[in-house]
Amino acid sequence: MSGVRKVYRMGDTDVVALADASIEVASGEIVALVGPSGSGKTTLCSIAGGILTASAGSVVVGGHDITGMSAKQLTDFRRETVGFVFQAVNLVPFLTARENLLVVDEMGKRTGAVAKKRADQLLEELGLADRAKNLPSQLSGGQRQRVAIGRALMNEPKLVLFDEPTSALDSKLGEQVMELIRTEMKARNTAAIIVTHDHRITQYADRTVTISDGVLAA
Amino acid sequence: MKLALRELLRRPQRFATAAAILTLISLLLMFLGGLLDGLINSSTEAVSAQRGSHIVFAEKSRLSFPSSRLDDTQRKAVAEWTGDNEVAGIGVAQFGVRLPDAGPRDLVSVALFGYELAPKGLPELPPVDGEVYADDVLREDGVEDGMTLLVGPARVPVKVVGFVSDVNYLSQGTLWGSLNTWRSVQNANRPDDPIGDTVVQAFVVRANGTWDANPPGMTILTVDESVSALPGVKEQRGTFGQIIGVTVVIAIVVVGLFFALITVERIGLYGILKAIGARSRTLFAGVLLQAVALTLIASALAGAIAILLANVIPPGSIPFDLSVNRLVSSIVLLLVAAIVGSAFSLRRVLKVDPASAIGSVV
Repeated sequence: MSGVRKVYRMGDTDVVALADASIEVASGEIVALVGPSGSGKTTLCSIAGGILTASAGSVVVGGHDITGMSAKQLTDFRRETVGFVFQAVNLVPFLTARENLLVVDEMGKRTGAVAKKRADQLLEELGLADRAKNLPSQLSGGQRQRVAIGRALMNEPKLVLFDEPTSALDSKLGEQVMELIRTEMKARNTAAIIVTHDHRITQYADRTVTISDGVLAA
Repeated sequence: MKLALRELLRRPQRFATAAAILTLISLLLMFLGGLLDGLINSSTEAVSAQRGSHIVFAEKSRLSFPSSRLDDTQRKAVAEWTGDNEVAGIGVAQFGVRLPDAGPRDLVSVALFGYELAPKGLPELPPVDGEVYADDVLREDGVEDGMTLLVGPARVPVKVVGFVSDVNYLSQGTLWGSLNTWRSVQNANRPDDPIGDTVVQAFVVRANGTWDANPPGMTILTVDESVSALPGVKEQRGTFGQIIGVTVVIAIVVVGLFFALITVERIGLYGILKAIGARSRTLFAGVLLQAVALTLIASALAGAIAILLANVIPPGSIPFDLSVNRLVSSIVLLLVAAIVGSAFSLRRVLKVDPASAIGSVV
């Protein structure tokens, strides 16, 4: 991400959410993005994941320059290149754990048996093999978050964005989930940005970047 | 798409209310359609059963059998005009008929047809003079094979020599005899308006052509046009058409409101799915699929109930004819309503912002 700026128009005034932000995350690197509420960390994360477009600057993810992509291209980019783990777990409530992983495959060109094999493998790695047929309502908070991590990894992403992944968990479960995130990212050599305002999370990151009023500081 | 189907299967209670309302609307559509067909058939079967392609009326008859008179000269003119050398005469008159042993005021309303070209269901040649085939529905009034009926105030005897189905005329049972039988009954009962030996009310023609003009002094209509020209048919179709139209609009509103509501409930989920790469068209296709599936389920239920109703309604109590065409057309109408109704959700689906999945931005 180089020289990225994001400006929102609110009434007659421009609000700068991100000012000249530049950051590079290497493959397999885990970056903790720390900052107070309203500091611009979610905006940065959204731009990196192709959910928002930058007002200025350039963004390259996994070799794809997404700066000038259309909405449709960004949708395809998100589906194929990025993984998301959201603050509220947000699994599809009427799908089983396994189906929640397979939903990623259903959104694009289906790979069928390949996707099913990958889903089973991920559930095994995440310690959820025996919970594959459970609905989210039948899982604990930590298990749900692990399913969400599995869903984020289904498309073999170049970058996974975690938005406050432990905020809904108690500290012990939070630590377990962070251990798991670190293990999975390192095993896959996948870049990760973890948005958080919990400084305890930073110990699991390779690097911590602070953001304040839209300005990044290493 | 799988996602939409799974929701339908795993959360049926969520769709139960809409399915119940759609079933009732579908049943109403089928019932109204069946009533319309029943009413129309009870008025028009005798005409639609004609084996010809066209029916010719006298020009000044206002396309009414009783007001129309055509003679041999016109028969020849029609034969030349249409190229059909076997132009067939037809006439009809409505009377009260007395059954044997019935009281002086116990009259059964019938329409007596005289014909040359047998309509569907009748033997090729008309019965001998003085004999008639009777409409099946007259059995309920006590008419039997071999019975002699006294027709009109002049009490002209005609003998029933058989029965025929599906030939109602203006909501009355019918009798079918030769043109001579019809003329003799008509002339005996209406001596003030006698019908000559070669006169008929209309001609039934078998021809393939279409004509921009009419034969001189006459009006030529297709059989379908002749059916529509019968008294009350257009009005019945118009009235029922409007009721059916309003029912379809109600279906559109029900489906529209239901899926608009369900889409609002799903905005969070749609945000997540869009964030992980779902296209708007995929999500909307899911809404559409659910609307169509729900409509098909409701239509199947309504169709089963309608068929059951058609079987339990006693014959002759209410005019209700349920045809496959009517069932299919009702289902198609409801499907169109479901598609149009669910289309109202398209804008909402398009407007869902994937950024909503990742929390408040800024």
